[in-house]
Amino acid sequence: MNDEAPIIEVEKLSKSYGDHRVLDGVDLEVRRGETLVILGGSGSGKSTLLRCLVGLEQPDAGTVKIRGTDVFNADERILSKLRQQMGMAFQTGALFGSMTVAENIELPLAEFTELPASTRRIIARIKLGMVGLEDSMDQLPSQLSGGMRKRAALARALALDPEILFFDEPSAGLDPVTAAGLDRLLLQLKKAFTVTLVVVTHEMQSAFAIADRLALLHEGHFLISDTPDVVRECSHPTVRRFLDRQPPVAEGGAEKFREFIDRIDL
Amino acid sequence: MFGTALRFVGNTTLGLLADTGALWRLTASASERLFIGPLRGERPRFRSTIIQSVRAGYDSLPLVSLICLLVGMIMALQSAYQLRQLGAMELVPSLVAISVTRELAPLLTAIIVAGRVGSAIAAELGTMKVSQEVDALTVMGIDPVSFLVVPRLVALVIALPCLTVFADVIGILGGMLVSVTMLGMGSSWYVAFTFDSLDLQDIITGLVKAGVFAGIIGLIGCHQGLATEGGAEEVGRSTTASVVRSIVLIIGADLFVTALFYLRG
Repeated sequence: MNDEAPIIEVEKLSKSYGDHRVLDGVDLEVRRGETLVILGGSGSGKSTLLRCLVGLEQPDAGTVKIRGTDVFNADERILSKLRQQMGMAFQTGALFGSMTVAENIELPLAEFTELPASTRRIIARIKLGMVGLEDSMDQLPSQLSGGMRKRAALARALALDPEILFFDEPSAGLDPVTAAGLDRLLLQLKKAFTVTLVVVTHEMQSAFAIADRLALLHEGHFLISDTPDVVRECSHPTVRRFLDRQPPVAEGGAEKFREFIDRIDL
Repeated sequence: MFGTALRFVGNTTLGLLADTGALWRLTASASERLFIGPLRGERPRFRSTIIQSVRAGYDSLPLVSLICLLVGMIMALQSAYQLRQLGAMELVPSLVAISVTRELAPLLTAIIVAGRVGSAIAAELGTMKVSQEVDALTVMGIDPVSFLVVPRLVALVIALPCLTVFADVIGILGGMLVSVTMLGMGSSWYVAFTFDSLDLQDIITGLVKAGVFAGIIGLIGCHQGLATEGGAEEVGRSTTASVVRSIVLIIGADLFVTALFYLRG
């Protein structure tokens, strides 16, 4: 299975906002059925990378190929077909606020399949059942808690049984118990379906819990990309700082802080 | 100091040009989805268009009626004030009818709809944009322009001319109400004079205007909404900008269309 061509290929991806270089020649390959967790601190470019992967953000240079199709040079209709095989769960859910939870899940089914309404409803019920939300089918997204919204977003991303699932920050903003529940849900899904999972997170615990492979993004490129066991033993100072939750080495320390305070004009 | 001023002018101009470019691209892609999309086998979104038409048209009826009734009454009084001096009171019905159908009904209806509907579109799409709902559509493979923009645009282009016809009638009724109760004219006489002076051309002029105004309101509202970046504050700003720009463009377009009809005779 590992001999196949990778399902996602990223080559020399670069992206800058103004003078700030967010992604600096990122290379990445994801194999079919693999769970890749992209780790990184705030501002490390992990969200930008994810947005580039799904084609929401145009990179300055480099290519992203999904199942061999160049995402940024593909015909619109080919891209739309490709996107039906990808699902994405957004950080805050991004559920359509004017529709009920069930309608949110039925939308991609209504758009891309010929299924009658009753069947769509059944599928929505099944998908919501998978994430434990079958009781909230007819509620509006605004009536759900943050964790429920993420689970509903996951159900919507799974509506068309995608081959690739992207998840932006599954545990951000959740309490540890709910976050662990979501991790377990992702593991169960992985076992049940042969879905390729790309998760972006800054939560170490959930990253190690679900990853087949961990990639640590720092200042626009990957410092390491390997199995959780190898990453855990890595001795690279920046990687260690991230794993051991140490703050970055302060330059100047207290003196610099004093200087900063003095500079503020009170 | 001079440099700062120059930079401000430069940045503002560049921003405006970029904005105009984006608006033009939205217009082009919406027209493509609307006219060429069905030829490629894309399903037109009837349901969504009908829902939006009801929201834009039917729900605007009470306000449009009230405003046009009052303006029709005011028009009758103002023209009577002038015409009395000339002893030409019999011209009141035709003055009211022509100014209402050619100018006031389409213009006022468009301004009301820009405030009621254009702003709502900008706020709705702006909120969807900042809460990543638009991104979610894109990632699903659903084109936001054909899903969100085209139904709203088509709904407005249908609803605004309908509202304008309605506003024509109500405005003339307002004029009649004042003329009969305060100026001592007979109602059947008033109606006869109105029909006598009114050409089909007058009503068509108003409807052409309404169609153009509808396009402006829809495109500006959608563009402002989809161009929103950031948070709640930006949604508010987009909403305001949509109303201000719509009204300015509506009045500019009004002059243009009026001049065009005038020159054509």
